[in-house]
Amino acid sequence: MTLTFNDFRPGRFGTFGPRHVTREEILAFAAEFDPQPMHLDEEAASRSMLKGLSGSGWHLCSIVMRMMFDGFIENTASLGSPGVNELRWLAPLRPGDDLMLDVDVVEARLSRSRPDTGIVTFKCAVRNAAGQTLCEMVSPIMVRRRDDAVVG
Amino acid sequence: MRFFEDMALGQRRDVGSFTFTADAIKRFAAQFDPQRFHLDEEAGRNSLFGGLAASGWHVGSVCMKLLVADAQRQSAEAAALGEEVAVWGPSPGFRDLRWIKPVLAGDTISFASEIVGLRTSESRPEWGVVQGRHTGTNQRDELVYSLLATAFVPRRTVRA
Repeated sequence: MTLTFNDFRPGRFGTFGPRHVTREEILAFAAEFDPQPMHLDEEAASRSMLKGLSGSGWHLCSIVMRMMFDGFIENTASLGSPGVNELRWLAPLRPGDDLMLDVDVVEARLSRSRPDTGIVTFKCAVRNAAGQTLCEMVSPIMVRRRDDAVVG
Repeated sequence: MRFFEDMALGQRRDVGSFTFTADAIKRFAAQFDPQRFHLDEEAGRNSLFGGLAASGWHVGSVCMKLLVADAQRQSAEAAALGEEVAVWGPSPGFRDLRWIKPVLAGDTISFASEIVGLRTSESRPEWGVVQGRHTGTNQRDELVYSLLATAFVPRRTVRA
């Protein structure tokens, strides 16, 4: 069944994962999109502020997107997202991390310009197996209303 | 890369451009964001985007790629002149990311970065905190992407 706007109410929506992250994928993403030494080279990384090899923050964002897709967006009448209100990288992504994603709905409202569309604002927090939060993000997603909800 | 003291509000740099091919869009989407409008031309045409559209995370990651390449060019230039090269720290995050218009297959996006905030860090006196507005503009001069990013940049004066 496809989730539509009315299925999203403020409060905890769900917890998704685990998603295991390998050293190989951290290095591959960094090589393509973020080739800073702290994401590519153990020795340089050990001397960086993050004290050890860490994944690109953009890699972590992209993994969160995939966890959201696998968790619920695959089955949601999603129309895309206009952006991200705020994103905080709180702790480094490390090779071997097993990530869990907590998703809350912070607001669900109808679009003023598109009566068939709602805007659901999510807060996502991704944590490692030790319970340390790596990243928090607040982002709206446009979600279609049920067809019968639009009439009138 | 530059040190905190080398930066001034309003400084703007063009950091390069990138053409989003259909193949690159689908490859990123298959891995990280397999919504149908990022994977299939017809699904893209039938979506709000009006065509095969890059994942917003792909656009952000490409912006990062060009920012890093630009910074590495600056570092190489400084090293060639015998100057000390600044090694930037990590970013604590960003605000106000907007995917303003879709990036469709074949679009070429030019990215730029402007310094909009500079402050020192009390808890980390060897670092400055720089805020930059990163933007992406397509080949029709339409703003498609905007982001207010924060980064730790080393200071020259406080270092031993």
